[in-house]
Amino acid sequence: MSDRIRRRKLDLAHGRVDLSHGAGGRAMAHLISEIFHAAFDNPMLRAGNDQAAFEVAAGRMVMTTDGYVVSPLFFPGGDIGSLAVHGTINDVAMAGARPLYLSAGFIIEEGFAFADLKRIADSMAAASRAAGVPIVTGDTKVVERRKADGVFITTTGVGIAPRDLVLSAEQARPGDKVLLSGFIGDHGVAVMSQRQNLAFETSIQSDSAALHELVAAMVAAVPQGLRVMRDPTRGGLAATLNELAQQSAVGFRLDEDAVPVRPEVAAACELLGLDPLYVANEGKLVAVAAPEAADALLAAMRAHPLGRDAAIIGEVIDDDHHFVQMTTAFGGGRIVDWLAGEQLPRIC
Amino acid sequence: MKYVDEYRDGNVARQIAAAIAQAADPSRSYHFMEFCGGHTHAISRYGLEDLLPPNVRMVHGPGCPVCVLPVGRIDMAIQLAQRPEVTLCTYGDLMRVPGSHGTSLLRAKAAGADIRMVYSTLDAIAIAEAEPNREVVFFAIGFETTTPPTALAIKLAAAKRLTNFSVFCNHVLTPPAIRGILEHPDLDGQPGPRLDGFIGPAHVSAVIGADAFAEFARDFAKPVVVAGFEPLDVMQSILMLVQQVNDGRHVVENQYIRAVTPGGNRIAQAEVAAIFELRDSFEWRGFGRVPASGLRLREAYAAFDAERRFAMAEISAADNPACDCGAILRGIKRPTDCKLFGTLCTPETPMGSCMVSSEGACAAHWTYGRFRDHARRAVA
Repeated sequence: MSDRIRRRKLDLAHGRVDLSHGAGGRAMAHLISEIFHAAFDNPMLRAGNDQAAFEVAAGRMVMTTDGYVVSPLFFPGGDIGSLAVHGTINDVAMAGARPLYLSAGFIIEEGFAFADLKRIADSMAAASRAAGVPIVTGDTKVVERRKADGVFITTTGVGIAPRDLVLSAEQARPGDKVLLSGFIGDHGVAVMSQRQNLAFETSIQSDSAALHELVAAMVAAVPQGLRVMRDPTRGGLAATLNELAQQSAVGFRLDEDAVPVRPEVAAACELLGLDPLYVANEGKLVAVAAPEAADALLAAMRAHPLGRDAAIIGEVIDDDHHFVQMTTAFGGGRIVDWLAGEQLPRIC
Repeated sequence: MKYVDEYRDGNVARQIAAAIAQAADPSRSYHFMEFCGGHTHAISRYGLEDLLPPNVRMVHGPGCPVCVLPVGRIDMAIQLAQRPEVTLCTYGDLMRVPGSHGTSLLRAKAAGADIRMVYSTLDAIAIAEAEPNREVVFFAIGFETTTPPTALAIKLAAAKRLTNFSVFCNHVLTPPAIRGILEHPDLDGQPGPRLDGFIGPAHVSAVIGADAFAEFARDFAKPVVVAGFEPLDVMQSILMLVQQVNDGRHVVENQYIRAVTPGGNRIAQAEVAAIFELRDSFEWRGFGRVPASGLRLREAYAAFDAERRFAMAEISAADNPACDCGAILRGIKRPTDCKLFGTLCTPETPMGSCMVSSEGACAAHWTYGRFRDHARRAVA
């Protein structure tokens, strides 16, 4: 945006987004300048173009895009802004890539408070700076009241992966080990604890975090033998493993005792009749690795703060039905199936 | 987790499993019905079937409130929700239960009906207070466990003088269903299940007491063990049932002493009795009309009774003729005996209610146990 536009300060403490802030005129320029550009400030954004241009190093280009519609917008351990940054960095990183740049698109509901928008933008800025991945371009739209839920954010990320490193969902092979970077279910329980009709007291914070440095350490430790990485977000560990089972045409066998679940998360899930295996995470990854690489990979993960509680949770098996099976803590067997619809608390 | 982990100790489970294997007489077989969907869920979720000797078989019963609700009552709820002035509040499980002609509350909601998922009766009260211009109806279902919260909601609505809150009451009672299975085990000419004893419900018994099941043990010579929902509770109860059968005894035993007393929760019973009265009969899926098995609001609370307030007409609709939910709910068939199971009927496309609720026998088997079917077929 040009400095030639005459500044009229937004009332960031009390003001609200109205339809003029999405109409392409001066009000929109003010909103973008005072909230987004102020927060995300970097040379490419400052250039004020409708796109960002940058040099690309040799390697395989990785790109992802993701929409964020979380409710509530603010939750213990994060908010929609930091979530949008972390989630998109992680999707790039799961290819073994180094994330370079992000874009951010905002769909804002008429009446949304400037103060909340600024809080979200500041949180995004802090997350992107901490990760070293700048937000270099974006878009803003304002929709009428009741046509959105406060704010929706779409982020796109690009990154570069080494040319000879190919991580892909169809590469899991029977005998491979399954590694998980830490405790599951923290994000989902933190968000649920804030929902109006479920509100309960918990010390659990969202695990929202950018995992690219952990990934870099894993790739460095095991340049050969890493097959697949994926972050088990919505649908939890269960959905991720079912996807991989289908894509690799294999089965999985997990050991329930080996899957890290915090007692507080287990207790909250117990209360609500939920299964932590299906609860969302925003700062965890699942890796499938060749059996001979598994121990070195586990050691590298545990040496990084975001992988301190990493564990080998199971292995890939040959299974025409592509079931994710689990040996329960009891020694019995069960399927960890796809979720049908939404995971709902039990009636009694 | 204090008071939970103690009941999920794998080593103790293996010890109990060894005791069951030792106690079970190899020259005979044992068939025990777990009445309650909570037990069905625990058995499947923890893979308890793998810990039992082959001659000890669990038979799933009708104790899932979503499963036993007949199609007609779902149709009535959908019709009610389609009234422009009505906001229907419901527990999530009910949203996907199929009504007639491929409908469900989920589809009615997508088509514009104001249907909201709630987690408790108090959520519905809060909506009625916040939106005084809407007619807020709580779709109440469940056994003796969920009836006291509904009674309290009605009491609260009366105290707050809410004029826009009512309850579509579908609360049913456990003992008449057990009696129905024992007195008329067959269905449409199919022989009834062989039953050597019952695992009595956990939460239901916390309300009505273990003594409520004494009549079945006595009149039908079937041992009953009231059991908690934790996997060790279930395993211990199975051992207790095997021992009763071996001894030729048939009494009510209470494994769940940490929550269940002989007489139950008298305060909850009194609250329920003050608000509700018995219906002459109520339709159960798979059972037809069962005498004195359902509740409705007393005359004094007629203003809070959605059926009277909206002059709702009783609808009796037939189940899909290919669906074996009825026989499965009575323990006559297993989920895999139904030709729709896993083909037309899956949790994503449920044809019958047993595939909807996580406590339903079909959903539990599909979600947790179907790998055994493939293993069995491979062996065969």
